[in-house]
Amino acid sequence: MFVIVVGGGRIGFYLTKELLAEGHEIVLMEKDPGAAERIRDELGAVVVNRDGCEGTHLAEAGANRAAIVAAVTGDDADNLVVCQMAKHHFDVPRTIARVNNPRNEVLYRNLGVDEIISPTRMVLAAIEQDIPVHELLHLANLEGGELELLEAQIAEDSPALGRRPADISLPDGCTLFVVIRDDRAQPVVPETIFQEGDKVIAISRTECENDLRMQLIGDVPEVV
Amino acid sequence: MRVIIVGSGRVGAGAASQLAEEGHEVVILDIKTESFRRLAPGFSGQALRGDGTDTSVLERAGARECEWFFAMTNGDNRNILAAQLARQTFGIPHVLCKINDPVRSKAYATLGIDTINRTEMMIDSINRYMGKPAIPGAADVTVATVPPPPEKDAAVAAAVPEPPAATTGDR
Repeated sequence: MFVIVVGGGRIGFYLTKELLAEGHEIVLMEKDPGAAERIRDELGAVVVNRDGCEGTHLAEAGANRAAIVAAVTGDDADNLVVCQMAKHHFDVPRTIARVNNPRNEVLYRNLGVDEIISPTRMVLAAIEQDIPVHELLHLANLEGGELELLEAQIAEDSPALGRRPADISLPDGCTLFVVIRDDRAQPVVPETIFQEGDKVIAISRTECENDLRMQLIGDVPEVV
Repeated sequence: MRVIIVGSGRVGAGAASQLAEEGHEVVILDIKTESFRRLAPGFSGQALRGDGTDTSVLERAGARECEWFFAMTNGDNRNILAAQLARQTFGIPHVLCKINDPVRSKAYATLGIDTINRTEMMIDSINRYMGKPAIPGAADVTVATVPPPPEKDAAVAAAVPEPPAATTGDR
């Protein structure tokens, strides 16, 4: 597969190295001459000293026959522009952007970036798994980010405590489907009564997250 | 009516000073406070230090209630990101983005963003100074060919006047 990687920082470097080892055809674009030179010493001619944001440079690198363009520079704006140019001018089937500011994720999706990798979000998720917070845990994104798989823990002050699924008014497009109690997963059925300590697994549309939080966790100040 | 300008360079600060003088509610953003020295001495607008490509900063600048948005930093890509946030996330009706690379400038005009290109403007000026014919459209804003769907309340949008003819190019 022909992959263009834009950005020769740590991520771009190791990504290129791994992809080469797997036998893919790669061009790594790095605009800084010094950085490009250092990578060339180690990886050879796969690196070109070109700016992946420039249409002409992308064309030189062969963007019109690339299967994937991965923009992994440290700059969110640069990564967005690389993906948009690749998508709209070279019809690249799959574009991947590294996004540092988690708030940019939705925008990037709406603007046509196929896959978003957020190191910030990943570390955040790892931290949230470990600390007991009265918050919704993000377990995974589904359907390109439109739906989320979430976990909520029922606490003693939860509005859902002692109630059945039918007593909880959930927003449209939101489903509670599994409850984890005593380390055992059981499906949420009409007879389920939520107890303290239950972990409820839900699928929700991204925009319904707040409603879901209100119903299962209650009105707690948002932790950012 | 509120105007947000991202980037307090010569153009951004100059436009901000002039618009504030005319009585507009101007908010200017820059990541460096020292850039605000370019503003006119009696600048009556608001100068905020912050990253104009960050939604929370834009929110603080009042982007939810804003009619005009100018992305005028010296980085093309930062301007592109700021402009698309203004358009998509905040639904600001008039968004103008400075893009100095002519290729990117044309590309984004087809992606729904009004662009202004200093490179072409200056080449055009040089040409005309030499008595050559003007490059069509080079001196004007390139108005987006695919207008994005209006997200703001229709009544709010209707109350906003069209941009003056002098700034609209090959519509």
